[in-house]
Amino acid sequence: MADISYREIAHNGLWKNNPALVQLLGLCPLLAVTGSVVNALGLGLATMLVLAASNTAISMIRNHVSEAVKIPAFVMIIASFTTCTELLMQAFTYELYTILGIFIPLIVTNCIILGRAEAFACKNTVVASALDGFMMGSGFGLVLLLIGTIREILGNGTLFANMHLLFGPMAENWTLHLFGEGYGFLIAVLPPGAFLVAGMLIALKNIIDKRIETRRAAKQAPVTTGSKRVRTTGAIS
Amino acid sequence: MARLGKSIGFNSVVLGIFALITAAVLATTYLGTKDRITAAQREVAKRALLEIIPLTRHTNDLLLDTVPVPANYWHTLGIDNEGGEVNIARQGDEPIAVIIPAVAPDGYNGDIRLIVGINIDGSLAGVRVVSHHETPGLGDKVDLKKSNWVLGFNGKSLVNPAPELWKVKKDKGAFDQFTGATITPRAVVQQVYKTLKYYNEDRARLLKAARQRPTINHQANEESDHG
Repeated sequence: MADISYREIAHNGLWKNNPALVQLLGLCPLLAVTGSVVNALGLGLATMLVLAASNTAISMIRNHVSEAVKIPAFVMIIASFTTCTELLMQAFTYELYTILGIFIPLIVTNCIILGRAEAFACKNTVVASALDGFMMGSGFGLVLLLIGTIREILGNGTLFANMHLLFGPMAENWTLHLFGEGYGFLIAVLPPGAFLVAGMLIALKNIIDKRIETRRAAKQAPVTTGSKRVRTTGAIS
Repeated sequence: MARLGKSIGFNSVVLGIFALITAAVLATTYLGTKDRITAAQREVAKRALLEIIPLTRHTNDLLLDTVPVPANYWHTLGIDNEGGEVNIARQGDEPIAVIIPAVAPDGYNGDIRLIVGINIDGSLAGVRVVSHHETPGLGDKVDLKKSNWVLGFNGKSLVNPAPELWKVKKDKGAFDQFTGATITPRAVVQQVYKTLKYYNEDRARLLKAARQRPTINHQANEESDHG
């Protein structure tokens, strides 16, 4: 476990063990705030920040807390990082904070964070844990962003609306109207739309994984059939 | 037994140290961001007020110039638990309009928070939805960001339209509803009407209280914006 390579950590977080598509953790915020790109990006960044910071801190103290008080100590660390993030968001992106509302403080209860603390950070070095937190957070954030993009395009016919909530006045004109004014497809904006899009993405990932596997199997195939033929002929004669 | 006691003691100390460290981290962040957060909150609140009564119409600091709503009217305004304050807009020392907070409790998804600007003569200066949880694409058209519907209140008063017409068209009133959403506009129309009624009843006291208070003017840097 300790000698897991950095490449493997990245691959795990972003694809193979993606928190949102494979572990299916943190579905509540995933479905609730992905109505637009700016909301998804806001929550994605906040979650990534908390995850990377808490993983780092937990890895640092992993040899100083006993098994008995491990969980309370972890929760305390995670909660304090979440509250810090909350305060920072209020200070710098107040309007976005009011839109995301309860989902920022609820990052504390996101299973990914305690999950990574337990499964990874308390067994690995600080650098590896920080990277794991960052990659898992990115994996989660990217899926949020993808769902947000799809739902915003399908539901409102826009892209990057209200980005100034996150990037300030320079993003005031980033909104792209893809299907003209007044377009709207309600189900994509409502919670069922989030389930549908998330489901499609999971299916898509499985298809891609299967393709990769069959291709890999096809590459190895000549060797196996070759050896079989040898054996068959051997048996007949 | 002694070992158990020792381990409980040790673990408590460890947890205690953690609590202290996290408390210190939180306190530092809090102190570092406190002023910015207050400024951001003020900025947002002020922007909404200024939308209703623009800088060209008043000379005082809307946000600081307030008179509390008497507790017996909290229910009428839907602010039963938290109370609220009426912002006074003045030209010089003379009040020209008030902005009253109100909550429509019967939206499709719970509370719709409003601010209602009323000119001294009892006509509406403007209504804005401050926060709501209405269905995106349907009920959220009460939000000015989504549609101009809320501007339809401008200039209306208790007698214009007549009291029995203070309803949405579906209920044989004078106000449009949106396609697919009647509950949200109905709730807002009703609450705006109640707020107008509150102003009508409390007007004399409100204006007297406002006149007795010293005028709070803008800070110097904002003053230059409008002379």
